[in-house]
Amino acid sequence: MKDFNYHSAKDSKEASKLSSSNSAFLAGGMTTIPSMKLGLASYKDLIDIKNIKKLSGIKVSGKSVTIGATTKHVEVANSKDVKKTIPSLANLAEGIGDPQVRNRGTIGGSVANNDPSADYPSACIALNATIHTNDRKIEASKFFKGMFETALKKGELIEAIEFQIPEKSSYQKHPNPASRYAVVGVYVAKHKKDVNVAVTGAKPCVYNDKDLSKALSNSFSSLSIQNMELDSSDMNSDIHASAEYRASLVVTQAKKAVDAC
Amino acid sequence: MASLVGSRVERKEDKRFLTGKGRYTSDINLANQTYAIFVRSPHARAKIKKLDISKAQKSSGVVSILTGSEIAEDKIGGLIAGWAIRSEDGTEMKCPANPPLAKDIVNFVGDPVAVVIAESLEEAKVAAEKVSVDYKVLKAVTSTADAMDGDTIHEGIDKNLCFDWLLGDRQKVKEAFEKADKVISIDIINNRLIPNAMEPRACLADYNSASEEITLYTTSQNPHLSRLIMSAFGNVSPEHKLRVVAPDVGGGFGSKINVYNEDIVCSWAAKKINRAIKWVAERSESFLTDIHGRDHVTHAELAVTNDGKFLGFKNETIANLGAYARVFGTVTPTYLFGPCATGVYEIPAAYSNVKAVFTNTAPVDAYRGAGRPEATYTIERLVEKASMELGIDKTELRMKNFPTAFPFKQTLVHTVDSGDYVAGMEKAKQMADYNGYEARRKDSESRGKLRGIGVSSYFEACGIAPSAAVMSLGCGVGLWESAEVRFNPTGQVTVYTGSHSHGQSHQTTFAQIAADELGVPIENIDIVHGDTDKGTFGMGTYGSRSLTVGGIAIVNACKKIVEKGKRVTAKMLEASPEDVEFKDGEFIVAKSNKKKTIGEIAFACYLPGVRDEMKSPLPEGEEPGLKETAFFDPSNFSFPAGTHIAEVEIDPETGEVKLEKYTACDDFGRIINPMIVEGQVHGGLAQGIGQALYENAEYDETGQLMTGSYMDYTMPRADNFPEFNIGYTCTHATTNPLGVKGCGEAGAIAAPPTVMNAVIDALGGQEITMPATAEKVWKACKNLKKSNSKAA
Ligand SMILES: Cc1cc2nc3c(=O)[nH]c(=O)nc-3n(C[C@H](O)[C@H](O)[C@H](O)COP(=O)(O)OP(=O)(O)OC[C@H]3O[C@@H](n4cnc5c(N)ncnc54)[C@H](O)[C@@H]3O)c2cc1C
Repeated sequence: MKDFNYHSAKDSKEASKLSSSNSAFLAGGMTTIPSMKLGLASYKDLIDIKNIKKLSGIKVSGKSVTIGATTKHVEVANSKDVKKTIPSLANLAEGIGDPQVRNRGTIGGSVANNDPSADYPSACIALNATIHTNDRKIEASKFFKGMFETALKKGELIEAIEFQIPEKSSYQKHPNPASRYAVVGVYVAKHKKDVNVAVTGAKPCVYNDKDLSKALSNSFSSLSIQNMELDSSDMNSDIHASAEYRASLVVTQAKKAVDAC
Repeated sequence: MASLVGSRVERKEDKRFLTGKGRYTSDINLANQTYAIFVRSPHARAKIKKLDISKAQKSSGVVSILTGSEIAEDKIGGLIAGWAIRSEDGTEMKCPANPPLAKDIVNFVGDPVAVVIAESLEEAKVAAEKVSVDYKVLKAVTSTADAMDGDTIHEGIDKNLCFDWLLGDRQKVKEAFEKADKVISIDIINNRLIPNAMEPRACLADYNSASEEITLYTTSQNPHLSRLIMSAFGNVSPEHKLRVVAPDVGGGFGSKINVYNEDIVCSWAAKKINRAIKWVAERSESFLTDIHGRDHVTHAELAVTNDGKFLGFKNETIANLGAYARVFGTVTPTYLFGPCATGVYEIPAAYSNVKAVFTNTAPVDAYRGAGRPEATYTIERLVEKASMELGIDKTELRMKNFPTAFPFKQTLVHTVDSGDYVAGMEKAKQMADYNGYEARRKDSESRGKLRGIGVSSYFEACGIAPSAAVMSLGCGVGLWESAEVRFNPTGQVTVYTGSHSHGQSHQTTFAQIAADELGVPIENIDIVHGDTDKGTFGMGTYGSRSLTVGGIAIVNACKKIVEKGKRVTAKMLEASPEDVEFKDGEFIVAKSNKKKTIGEIAFACYLPGVRDEMKSPLPEGEEPGLKETAFFDPSNFSFPAGTHIAEVEIDPETGEVKLEKYTACDDFGRIINPMIVEGQVHGGLAQGIGQALYENAEYDETGQLMTGSYMDYTMPRADNFPEFNIGYTCTHATTNPLGVKGCGEAGAIAAPPTVMNAVIDALGGQEITMPATAEKVWKACKNLKKSNSKAA
């Protein structure tokens, strides 16, 4: 690991001010530290945001659940409020990595990082989330831009993520047996008007599967998507799963999710 | 005094390990030590055109940078293959030189070309990045199956072929096949694995310029062998000026048998710079440069009669050695593999032919089971296939071909002293509720799942390697073990053993044995190992040899102590030695009912003078002291055996395989500590099931390791396993006084075919390769659906 300067920001403003083109925010560090250790990334400055009190915590209002950016996975997994309002979100958090990762990793870090096989981005899409930053509010559908790419500008800090409470929802992940990240994860959420089927792992970036959403909006039953075959041409292919297998898993996991709703 | 052998004595080492007081190599730090970072080849095969250290040398904190040129100048020897193998045509095997630092050519990703030694680890890392190496990249050879058609990797080694070895009689096999009703044939791959010991390799080399002695702390399973090899072949230092210490070692599984490049380089360099040098592998380095295991491509055939009698067997295997042949590299796919090829069956004609090839991948060597898992996988997959093709129940077919009388002289090599394979099979069936399987299958079916059951029966030759047995094969080195039992004058005992414990619990098992032999409380017995300055020469731990060879050496040394005790007692109590009996720590003269405790005898042996007594208690000519040494070279291997049964359930939509039930019924002879044996079985099963369902080392065609971290290499975790159902049958080994066999490798040997047989059973007999990943199984499920709908 190369030398770097460590800063601990006291508020969002300071954090944002300290940032540069050669810096990273340090939330849980579960992505940043390993990539620095492996020499895949190096920064001049690390700006610790864990001491900014305002960024942590879970709030429920009538229609939504708002989770502060530095809230840890374990806190979401164990939150009574989340379990009551959006149990599938608590389940998702419970299934991330291992206890060590859940005890440090944060929702803001996961969403900002936008790993193609991370779990939380699918929740953002499925639950029509709004990403609150120090500067603006961004709809999830406009936030995830591509592989490890988001709408965040340099120095822009996620402060909280607001999830819309659905009527029913379920997240079904087919984990990579080695890393336990999602080979494919499907988050189905039934809202009043429509159904979202957010898919992670299958493509370079999380997406809402329009065909599955449409079929399920018409009839919310796994039978309605049972025989669907998805186009696999733009799906990921690696030593763990071919594109063809991923395409099949998207439908299978979506069925499981609908059945579990 | 109750016997400790056979009881679940709690591990003496646990307090140390569980309270963080273990002392591993990387825990050791010496004043003024330096830190080494190795510069490694990023290419699988390349010529080194130019290596420039000038920039790196100027980097802060650099003490020294050494390369292959200096190694060559100092005539430091390379790494070696421990066994010479002769090909079928009579020619000797061909092995390339393996210099500790490559000078002209690199042969796998991770092959070291230079070492940077600096004042701190950070400085060493920074400087290492500044070493500039200009490579001419050459086309790599990576595929086991095609290695013989690839470019020649090592000059003078045609077709990349190390040897083409035959065990058995081709002509007899041909005749047997001519008589067969049916020939069952199979093509299988034994997938490449990475051992992944929990503690990565490390070493710390120290040089004392006054005594001219090098001390090397290293993660080794066999410190004496390491010293011997480094001295005799590495030319690092004469043996008496080299001390090798292997302190607590966090797992080896074979990967720490070898002397590695880093051991030799750091020892040599410490002397050169006259400072201590520390090196600790990062996990990525472990993936790349620890020896790998398995990697066979096999075609095998079994000749059978319609009523299920086995007539003949042949095995044609290509074994990947990786870039270089290392210590157990050549013996693993030959003498440890070939003789076990016919499994637990009477097969009158058989041969094994092994072509060992070089590729541009990490060296392949002994990994838990070494050769025997590969042999067992082949025969057990073949027998299962025969049962399907013949329509004979898999357990019946096996039993039909089991030997019923012991000793059982196998066709190829081994004479198995003891066993009862039928009893093992019957007990396993009962433990697994084999007869209730159909109901469970129907239940799975009703839930839309596929269920399969798999059986395998195995035996293995362990306790390697009795001189008499291996010499009869013409393969040179036999492996004995030594022990020294030392009493203190006040009665406690220190046992020095040449076996090394890196998870095997020797401190407990060996103390149990010594406690029983000597009648001394177990808390007064210490086991010392892992230091060439302590105790006599030893061969180390691998091949399930610690108890069956090392443990017996302890028994024999204890027996010598008892003999001496009898002589001294006789003198002290004025009896004749023949009249002295020893029991529970007491020497008793039956006639007079007088006795001496072993503690009293120890005291008398060390301090033979008694005030006002004019004569010594020691018999005339008897030396003072109470310390005995024994070397044990068994007359034969030991042959544990057993039957394992697995049941899997498959979700045809995702292809996920769930191991539902696993039953292991093993015959390990007499069991010293059932708790420790269970631990060994669990660990072996975890690795064996890991091979079948999860683990796979994969290189791409350019020789880059695709599975170089835990993000991509699937190490099984506890939640991948069901509760193991473990049981035993027991026939005592007749080749050692304790009647013990070996238990360390059994799980890793038996589990892969057991699990794969179950998976393939669920898939209606479709072959798939290990590991049975979800995607492969999903594809097979799709085929099954297609063929079922066609049939309907
Ligand atoms: C072994 C292991 C297993 C894992 N398994 C999974 C898994 O199964 N599923 C899964 O989804 N993830 C998994 N992860 C990733 C884990 O969830 C990470 O914690 C997460 O991706 C990053 O969160 P963090 O808080 O650690 O972020 P950090 O590592 O601290 O930061 C990551 C990036 O996000 C940026 N960032 C952090 N916070 C903010 C913010 N508030 N605003 C703007 N930018 C910010 C940083 O600048 C940095 O670039 C795993 C990680 C590990 C090490």
